[in-house]
Amino acid sequence: MTEIRFTGVGHRFGERTVLAGVDLVLTERRIGVVGGNGSGKSTLARMINGLVLPSTGTVTVDGLSTARKGRDVRRRVGFVFTDPDNQIVMPTVAEDVAFSLRRHRLPDPEVRRRVTEVLDRFDLAGHADHPAHQLSGGQKQLLALAAVLVTDPDVLVADEPTTLLDARNARRVAALLAELPQQVVLVTHHLHLLSGFDRVVVVDGGRVVADADPATALAAYDRVLADPAGPAIP
Amino acid sequence: MTALGLYRPGTSVLHRLPAGAKLVGLLAGTVLLVVLRRPWQLGLAALVEVLLYALARIPPGVAWTQLRPLRWLVVVVAAAQLLLAGWQQALWVTGGLVLTVALAALLTLTTRVTALLDVLHRLLRPLRRFGVDGDRVALLLALTIRLVPVLSGIVREVQEARTARGAGWSLTAVAAPAVVRALRTADHVGEALVARGVDD
Ligand SMILES: Nc1ncnc2c1ncn2[C@@H]1O[C@H](COP(=O)(O)OP(=O)(O)OP(=O)(O)O)[C@@H](O)[C@H]1O
Ligand SMILES: [Mg+2]
Repeated sequence: MTEIRFTGVGHRFGERTVLAGVDLVLTERRIGVVGGNGSGKSTLARMINGLVLPSTGTVTVDGLSTARKGRDVRRRVGFVFTDPDNQIVMPTVAEDVAFSLRRHRLPDPEVRRRVTEVLDRFDLAGHADHPAHQLSGGQKQLLALAAVLVTDPDVLVADEPTTLLDARNARRVAALLAELPQQVVLVTHHLHLLSGFDRVVVVDGGRVVADADPATALAAYDRVLADPAGPAIP
Repeated sequence: MTALGLYRPGTSVLHRLPAGAKLVGLLAGTVLLVVLRRPWQLGLAALVEVLLYALARIPPGVAWTQLRPLRWLVVVVAAAQLLLAGWQQALWVTGGLVLTVALAALLTLTTRVTALLDVLHRLLRPLRRFGVDGDRVALLLALTIRLVPVLSGIVREVQEARTARGAGWSLTAVAAPAVVRALRTADHVGEALVARGVDD
């Protein structure tokens, strides 16, 4: 697996400290990130592909610094956002998947082959030429996932990919994520998706407050949620 | 609902024709429609377009969806021309307008956006020397087409939220939250583009 390494990472938006003292070495295949609203999960996740650069400390992916080698890092790290509408950039389904391959400069038939293959895998083959906006919310998230996975990244970071979906589609997306050969970092409020994960990181007030197997980490998260004092960094 | 000017998959000659050839055809057709001066020429042009639509196997309902947004414009233009310039002028101005739009719609109905973007990209290549990045321009156009339904969705949701609270339609009250949300969407889309490797 890829090694994602946070060393002394802190982050500030203006005056506001949103992450502090994060040291993590992530090498497991399935990693969950949980925490309350505003705890800093998305900021942490975005750092893995260099969408957010840390104010202090460094983040590296297989030794590549996200600050200095952002492009190389993004080739290895695919990212799925919560709202697929923000992520789909081409008007039709197949075109959107093909868009991901543009930078790979493959011959047309090879692009078509890969697009067809990934659409088949995500049950979207029948929609290849349909406008993206006519898909259901669940299908849009599948398309977003397909468009990321068509480039075969080493790591997939997903920031609450099931939050906008109904229970059935959420289960579907979760099942697809579970099957991936890739390393997956999943940020979620749907805690049941994390059973069977190798490791769960709990973030609270910008700090990692627990980091263990799912059962231990989620028990710690329960105690965090029950704590009337609230997070260390408000 | 069939969205305006969106590709309809098919195997007709028109679908298979290269996008560049179709663009040239559209250009030539538009010039022709502008120089037409006789009612019978307009009638002939209309007939040719109907045949082209039939050739591409576009159902009449879909063709009508392309032209429907024009109907008020046509009424206004026709009325103005009738008053100011007589019925002949009115006929060929409005007829020319409708036929030009129909021809352009036929192009987008039978051509994938990516195919059009590739042509655009080739056309813009000589401008690279002057700092015009064909990839960027093509992406901008694709994004515009893609985001029209997203933006109209935002406006609809904002309006529905107002209705839910018992308020009626108001341009200013809808525009402010809609613009804020649109800007936030723009931020998110920008971020997603970076994540998908646009800058690489
Ligand atoms: N671009 C930004 N500018 C300023 N503040 C920001 C920005 N992005 C996030 N923040 C702030 O940083 C803090 C952490 O945000 P983050 O999005 O990482 O939280 P989160 O754990 O993902 O929350 P949620 O569960 O609600 O998604 C929040 O207080 C948020 O308001
Ligand atoms: Mg978040």
